[in-house]
Amino acid sequence: MNSSYVGALELASGAVLVSAVLTLWRRQVLSIVTLLSVQGMALAAVAVTLGLHEHEKGLLITGVLVFIVKGIVVPGLLRRVSQVDPNSRESAPLVNVPASLVFAAILIVLAYVVSSHVTSFAPTEATKLAPIGIATVLVGYFMLVTRRRAVSKIVGLILVDNGIAAVTFLLTAGVPLIVELGSSLDVLLVVVVLQFLIVNMGRDGRLDELGEMKALHD
Amino acid sequence: MLILIILGIALLTTLLAASCAWHPWVGWASAVASASVLGFGIALCVTTTTNAPVTALGGALRADSLSAFMVLVIGTVSLLATLFTPRTMQQEIESGATTTRYAKRYVVLMQVFITCMLLAVLTANLGVLWVSVEATTIATTFLVSHRRTDGAFEASWKYVILCSVGIALAFLGTVLVYFAELHVRGVHTSASLDWTSVMAVAHHLNPGVMRLAFALLVVGYGTKVGLVPMHSWLPDAHSQAPAPVSALMSGVLLTVAFYALLRFKSIADVALGTTFPRALLIVVGLASLLLASAMMIAQRDLKRLLAYSSIEHMGLLALGAAAGTPLAIAALLLHILGHGITKSVLFLTSGEIYHLEGTTEIASISGLLTRRPVLGGIFGFAIMSLVGFPPFSIFVSEFSMARAEVDAGLWWVVVVALACLGVIFAAMARHTRHLLMGGDVVTGDGSTSVARSTAIPLVTGLVACVVIGVVAWPIQSLLQSAAHVVVP
Repeated sequence: MNSSYVGALELASGAVLVSAVLTLWRRQVLSIVTLLSVQGMALAAVAVTLGLHEHEKGLLITGVLVFIVKGIVVPGLLRRVSQVDPNSRESAPLVNVPASLVFAAILIVLAYVVSSHVTSFAPTEATKLAPIGIATVLVGYFMLVTRRRAVSKIVGLILVDNGIAAVTFLLTAGVPLIVELGSSLDVLLVVVVLQFLIVNMGRDGRLDELGEMKALHD
Repeated sequence: MLILIILGIALLTTLLAASCAWHPWVGWASAVASASVLGFGIALCVTTTTNAPVTALGGALRADSLSAFMVLVIGTVSLLATLFTPRTMQQEIESGATTTRYAKRYVVLMQVFITCMLLAVLTANLGVLWVSVEATTIATTFLVSHRRTDGAFEASWKYVILCSVGIALAFLGTVLVYFAELHVRGVHTSASLDWTSVMAVAHHLNPGVMRLAFALLVVGYGTKVGLVPMHSWLPDAHSQAPAPVSALMSGVLLTVAFYALLRFKSIADVALGTTFPRALLIVVGLASLLLASAMMIAQRDLKRLLAYSSIEHMGLLALGAAAGTPLAIAALLLHILGHGITKSVLFLTSGEIYHLEGTTEIASISGLLTRRPVLGGIFGFAIMSLVGFPPFSIFVSEFSMARAEVDAGLWWVVVVALACLGVIFAAMARHTRHLLMGGDVVTGDGSTSVARSTAIPLVTGLVACVVIGVVAWPIQSLLQSAAHVVVP
């Protein structure tokens, strides 16, 4: 039981990080969104695995919630936005793909260094995996800063959020349910807001110019 | 009971606004609601100052004198802002800048915004606090993009992205605090992550975890406060939003986020000692002051000037919190109130100026004092209040914060801060001189004198600043009591 629990947990959290790194590798916006959906489902698997092991009903509910919101609804919304231009590609990121992957490796090492305090303080099977969540957060920030397409930026934002959710599950077996509900709702609404903005800005044919927004400056 | 009434009023007004089509009386209803929130907020202040903190909904909601004080600030500033809602919307509808559909959405979102802020200061739980602060981002985004221009959409895009990213860090910080608490208590209880429950075990929280957590919280909530390094959304959003929205955002949303920082600072002070939190707050505070003073010298836009001034004042709050003595905290809270009123008066005045002059570019507006004496006069006095002239309350609060900082051995911080304030004073004086007395002297055309309904709330706000600056009696015991919540 225990070894299969550890195996499942490692597999699921590994999938969270791998899908984050792969988003840096893919250029096609639609496949980036698909990877995001895979990540959402892996995150749900982390929650469910922990929930089964700790016999936490709240965590199981959270797992289902994460599956629906981050695995299906959010990627679905983003897919609809990207369908405006189905062949859109991240053609000229500020840091090119091979260099991005090198950076991702550095960020993962950094994540382990930063979180050594936290993991050494209470070493369990789950907390040992927490640096994976931190690494996902860092990769998300990297994506947000270096990618120019609006949809890629939103994906970066959600990677950050998923990474934090992973840390939450692994460290504390989930925050209180009310907070979890609130934060999921917030994520969903943020995506809706961003979608609204893209649609409105896209109407003026400015979807490609997000990287170069400079109407406002000092 | 009072807590439930306050949140109930806000919630019912939201529902009312959502179920009716736009009409000026919906706007007036929201002003009445803000006035009653203010009234019950005062009652809450009296109760929590003289008696113990009150709770509701089985402890999920809790108000001590610090929360009550924040309700007072929210009530005051939102009353000022909502009084201008019917007028602003009518003007926009008449000029074709907006439609009744968007006017309705505007009122609903304003109410959602106010309700979220009230929930943020009245919840007992630090996680729910985070959820409410994040929810204000969502409501205000649509308000920032209300004008539907390129600039407005760009400002809201930057606002959502930057604030979501920043506030995500605050969530990670909150989770780490929860993690530390869980390890002390061993089990999860229904009170976990309640501020009182974390404070009760703060001595035993793991310092390594708490240090990381507090740093994340300062950067995270600091984003919403408008502190450097995550401040860059602020001038854009504040300059693009309609005036009442800017007034609310600058006057009270920033300080609601600061309230969250204060709550976590009390925990960190106990868990880590004051050295680390103090160092962190001094760094972000001074950086914000330096940036604001640099950006204000050559500023060309009036609303951006006011926005950078908000960054300045948030920096001052951070320095006050760094000193951390009861005097510093009481002065800081007074500063929150004084700045909230003054800044919202200024933003509302700038909205009036925009309506009359068609621009907020400083170079194209001049001689206000001769052309529009009432508006120019209000603007002039409000700027005097903002830069800290006596007898306005900002003078008192800045002076007391400086004194507390010197007492705490931070005299060098005071020296740097005063140098920045000197630069800011010069910049403000130069811009204000141009706005009020610059250009060719033209006599007023008389056709666009300011309506009394506009002038009265603004003047009342400034008078309130003088009153609390000169005779602190109505709120002195409240401030002391609230300061002792932060510094037990």
